[in-house]
Amino acid sequence: MREASPAVVSASKLGLTFQTNDGPVQALSDVDLTISKGEFVSFIGPSGCGKTTFLRVIADLEKATAGTISVNGMTPEQARMKRAYGYVFQAAALYPWRTIERNVALPLEIIGMPNAEQAERIRRTLDLVNLTGFEKKYPWQLSGGMQQRASIARALAFDADLLLMDEPFGALDEIVRDHLNQQLLELWERTNKTICFVTHSIPEAVYLSTRIIVMSPRPGRVTDVIESTLPKERPLDIRETPEFLAIAARVRDGLRAGHSYDD
Amino acid sequence: MDSLRAKIIPVTTILLGIVVAWYVLAVFMNAPFQRDLDRRGNVTSGTIEFIGKTLSQPKPIVPAPHQVAENVFENTFLRKITSNRSLVYHAGITLASTMMGFAFGTALGILIAVGIVHVLALDRSLMPWIIASQTIPILAIAPMIIVVLAAIGITGLLPKALISTYLSFFPVAVGMVKGLRSPEIMHLDLMHTYNASAWQTFWKLRVPASVPFLFASMKVAIAASLVGAIVGELPTGAVAGIGAKLLNASYFSNTIDMWAALVAGSVVALLLVGLVGFAGRIVDRSMGARPA
Repeated sequence: MREASPAVVSASKLGLTFQTNDGPVQALSDVDLTISKGEFVSFIGPSGCGKTTFLRVIADLEKATAGTISVNGMTPEQARMKRAYGYVFQAAALYPWRTIERNVALPLEIIGMPNAEQAERIRRTLDLVNLTGFEKKYPWQLSGGMQQRASIARALAFDADLLLMDEPFGALDEIVRDHLNQQLLELWERTNKTICFVTHSIPEAVYLSTRIIVMSPRPGRVTDVIESTLPKERPLDIRETPEFLAIAARVRDGLRAGHSYDD
Repeated sequence: MDSLRAKIIPVTTILLGIVVAWYVLAVFMNAPFQRDLDRRGNVTSGTIEFIGKTLSQPKPIVPAPHQVAENVFENTFLRKITSNRSLVYHAGITLASTMMGFAFGTALGILIAVGIVHVLALDRSLMPWIIASQTIPILAIAPMIIVVLAAIGITGLLPKALISTYLSFFPVAVGMVKGLRSPEIMHLDLMHTYNASAWQTFWKLRVPASVPFLFASMKVAIAASLVGAIVGELPTGAVAGIGAKLLNASYFSNTIDMWAALVAGSVVALLLVGLVGFAGRIVDRSMGARPA
């Protein structure tokens, strides 16, 4: 059924080798993956498995050294030039000298959007992440969770269909993380975006995703792809249901099969 | 209030210590000449009287603090500003070339930094020359600048200002290279994901990120400018300015005048550095910095 939707990201035999002082490091090897419109795909695996690298290849922040990848049917570079995606980093990476609304305005200024339209867009995206009322605050005046929400608003600002998120909640405590996970699901449902989400938390991956990509290191590769059978409506306590735990167990098995738990 | 007291007490203590040490030094250094004087005049004086004399010589080796203070006060507040003896007049002359040199130096430093950060060839070639330029003693190069410029008819303020420029562009260039390169990778990646042009990345990221570095280096640069202006006045036969006043006083072994000129120079330096720091704080605040 998923095949019916157009592919947003399509990778085939994708490989990336970094040349380092200690010799070549294979960050990605033989990755075959198609992500369809409207999916919420999580990438999970231990550090060094290439999950962030894969996201960065989609974003044209790294260049693949083998295989092919297309984003919206274009090369990643063309897609980036057309501003096909919004990117959320591990840290909020807000510019400290800009207020929250000016931070959200940054991408809009860069694409040269007229001011009136900018104001409307800022209002809408800040509302989407529940930050209305904090427009004039500077980043340091906000909590870590709010800062990360502001950075999500910034990524949503020019309304790209694809949202790339690189461990966006990794630095936050669990209570804040639960809350943001819920909000992210709501946002996904309201906007119908395609989301690629890198995480190292199994519950987070299972809770959020329609599909979970399990990866393992040395060389970075995909070891398992798990379709979630959970309904689209997901209250937080869905995490105690047997169905949820079964999927989590499968993810853990996938990680173990990829020797992710070996030393 | 408490923070004020916390600052005042240590500063006053140190100041008091310096003044006491200075008096001791003055007595010690001026004593031989005073003894010589007394022997020739066949005068014998008691210890207290002798110490008093060492502290009130007209041309002492080390003037006592009160002598210098008196001189500074007299030549700052009791003279007309247009008078050749007024320290305010001399400080004003030096200040003019300091400010001009500082403005040139800051502009030049920023320009060089922008070039180094954006042009690979300049990055590879320029820095060693800039560093080499600062290893040449300014006293050696100052007369040459004056002579060359005088030969093409440029005299007065500009040559002195150029010597200030020579000293002040360096800290700004070094600081701004660091400042323009200070944005985190993530902030730069962000600009890349927006497909921002180099120009946009420069104005919206590199420049604002470099502002704290700019003010830190401008503090050093303005002090260097003042030194440059004073040094520039020494070999130029300048008739006015703190440097000219220093030189003139040294011709006549007028040590009290020399020290007074030095004090005037340090006061000007303090004011200038304070002013740059103040401007830096205002800019910082307007850029949303967390109040310290």
